[in-house]
Amino acid sequence: MMEKNHILSILVENESGVLARVAGLFSARGFNIDGISVAGTLEKDESKMIISTYGDEQILEQITKQLNRLINVIKVQELTDDESVMRQTILVKVNADDSTKNEIFRIKEIFEARIVDVSRNAYVLEFSGSAKKMEAFIELIRPIGIKDIVKTGTIAITRSKK
Amino acid sequence: MIKENKKQLMTGSKILIESLLKEGVDTIFGYPGGAVLNIYDELFNYRDKLNHILVRHEQGAAHAADGYARATGKVGVVLVTSGPGATNTITGIATAYMDSVPMVIITGQVPTSLIGNDAFQEADTVGITRPCTKHNYLVKDVGDLARIVKEAFYIASTGRPGPVLIDIPKDISSNVAEFDYPESIEMRSYNPTYFGHHVQILKVVDELLKAEKPMLYIGGGVISSNASNELKEIAEMLDLPIVSTLMGLGGFPSEHALFFGMLGMHGTYAANTGISNADFIVAVGSRFDDRVTGKVDEFGGKAKFAHIDIDPSSIGKNVKIDIPVVGDVKSVLNSMLEILSLKSKEIESTQYKRMKWLEELNMYKYEHPLSYKMTDVIKPQFVVEKIYELTDGDAIIATEVGQNQMWAAQFYKFKNPRSLLTSGGLGTMGYGFPAAIGAQVAFPNRTVFDIAGDGSIQMNIQELATAVQYNLPVKIAIINNNFLGMIRQWQELFYEKRYSFSKLNVNPDFVKLAESYGAVGLRANKPEQVEDVLKTALSIRKPVVMDFVVAQEEGVYPMVAPGYPITGMLLV
Repeated sequence: MMEKNHILSILVENESGVLARVAGLFSARGFNIDGISVAGTLEKDESKMIISTYGDEQILEQITKQLNRLINVIKVQELTDDESVMRQTILVKVNADDSTKNEIFRIKEIFEARIVDVSRNAYVLEFSGSAKKMEAFIELIRPIGIKDIVKTGTIAITRSKK
Repeated sequence: MIKENKKQLMTGSKILIESLLKEGVDTIFGYPGGAVLNIYDELFNYRDKLNHILVRHEQGAAHAADGYARATGKVGVVLVTSGPGATNTITGIATAYMDSVPMVIITGQVPTSLIGNDAFQEADTVGITRPCTKHNYLVKDVGDLARIVKEAFYIASTGRPGPVLIDIPKDISSNVAEFDYPESIEMRSYNPTYFGHHVQILKVVDELLKAEKPMLYIGGGVISSNASNELKEIAEMLDLPIVSTLMGLGGFPSEHALFFGMLGMHGTYAANTGISNADFIVAVGSRFDDRVTGKVDEFGGKAKFAHIDIDPSSIGKNVKIDIPVVGDVKSVLNSMLEILSLKSKEIESTQYKRMKWLEELNMYKYEHPLSYKMTDVIKPQFVVEKIYELTDGDAIIATEVGQNQMWAAQFYKFKNPRSLLTSGGLGTMGYGFPAAIGAQVAFPNRTVFDIAGDGSIQMNIQELATAVQYNLPVKIAIINNNFLGMIRQWQELFYEKRYSFSKLNVNPDFVKLAESYGAVGLRANKPEQVEDVLKTALSIRKPVVMDFVVAQEEGVYPMVAPGYPITGMLLV
């Protein structure tokens, strides 16, 4: 069976320890977490976790079933590329001197990134996009000189039916 | 604002105990300590309503509650203190979790204000037990306690059963709140599926009628859903041969003509060969454990598989299933019976092929029955056979883990469900004796045996004091070969007889040990003494330790080497 990336959207009860239960399940059963993002929803007593994981269909089925066994898990859904919008956000601090500023501005324009902090010799850029675009963005920025970089896990939401 | 009909204020301790009574609890197994002193003080007022069994080690409490639960089908309850009290129960909790046993474990915790401070006897109990409980709770507000107890019992006893832990900080057990026990319960994120999908069930029935060589492979789910009667009815209606996992033993009468024994690593020749030649296998509340399947790719040969299980995650985990049925075994079997009640003609037409299939299986049974050779030293199998004969298959049999466990499974012919208490999943040495105590507490007038090894009995031997204190006449039959026998057997077969640290060079004198606790000790050195020792033990209403000095190098056979297909059996 083919191994590939999967994005799971997990609706959970917003209680202390739920993240530990979910994370613990992945490690105990030998599943991987490639990325994770957790935050509250509009409902006070719910949170949503978006987890990126890797494996074949059988592993995905087991992960889903095992997650559903957890008492605090309300719903587990796989989000696919075609049917959902997926985004990562990155903050990257780059060297900014006279020789690089033009290039930074050019890349910012192309990717519709934003400069969110400016100092004498460094800019912080914020960019949000798909995982693929994220890679392209980093590749272009890299030669300029990256001082620091931080990336969120993927967040994703289903597209409305057309 | 003054409330009308103000409910009575109670301490957390009283709320806890009142809640237990509401759940129908009459027995708890426990051990006091600092963090549960409030609860124990309140317990003193309830001595006439709640039977508290004081064990000698918290692990014993957990196994005893587990044995109580397996023997009765009720939820077993444990009460221990924080820190070491809680950590000592971990093995017992993990044992219950692996075998899906309903339990509620109540642990004390340091006061809320001290949590996280490395306080005296503090441990992160909820963190430690997260992977080995079905669910757990840390009570942060005494007002939540009644609801949490209600939820804990509900979760423990429904769906695929399992242990649930409630961690109660010391201040919570003394704080007060109104006591209002919820009548009903609704949890949006927990709704086990009881009724199987009708179309899926139809498919199973059709396939059963079509198949040339169908076989039911039953497991612990038959017992936990109390489905033995339904199973027997279906099996007899369709002449379906049955093989069982260790956990399923007792779910179908072992002496029944349709029963072909345990399958797997130490399964019978008939069960292992039979299932490998079947063309349709229905797994009923079993989970394709590696000790059952051997080399999993070859398990069941070319057969089609159906799987009935209440836990969706069990289905398709190890073996690809053609017809999955998520649901309670009892309910699904009942649906099958309903469907079958309209198919008497189809059933009749299966009779000839069934007869041929059963003939084939009976030939396997006849070719290689379970057997052993008598010598002038006691053979372990002989001891188990005698226990079976003298108790007529009606005893509750607890086992430890290792050779003793496999011989008990092979040579005791279980008649009834809930009569074998054994740690099948976790394989916990030291489980049997406290579990037997738990069962004896539940059934004071039944014969309860612990079939033990000289190694494993020493892992919870301290509970002899508990058995004596409460006058629980548990019979302990030690199969004493001065070895960790199963380890020795593997070393003999797979490690060129390099018996690395598996010989127990020093053992206590078990007879004197029993006597020093105030129990009775008996010994048999020769085969002709076995029956007398057992008869004497059965005539005494006291805990009895029997030391059966057996052949040192006896092995458990048949045996399938780990990772090999189960058709590749080493026979006697």
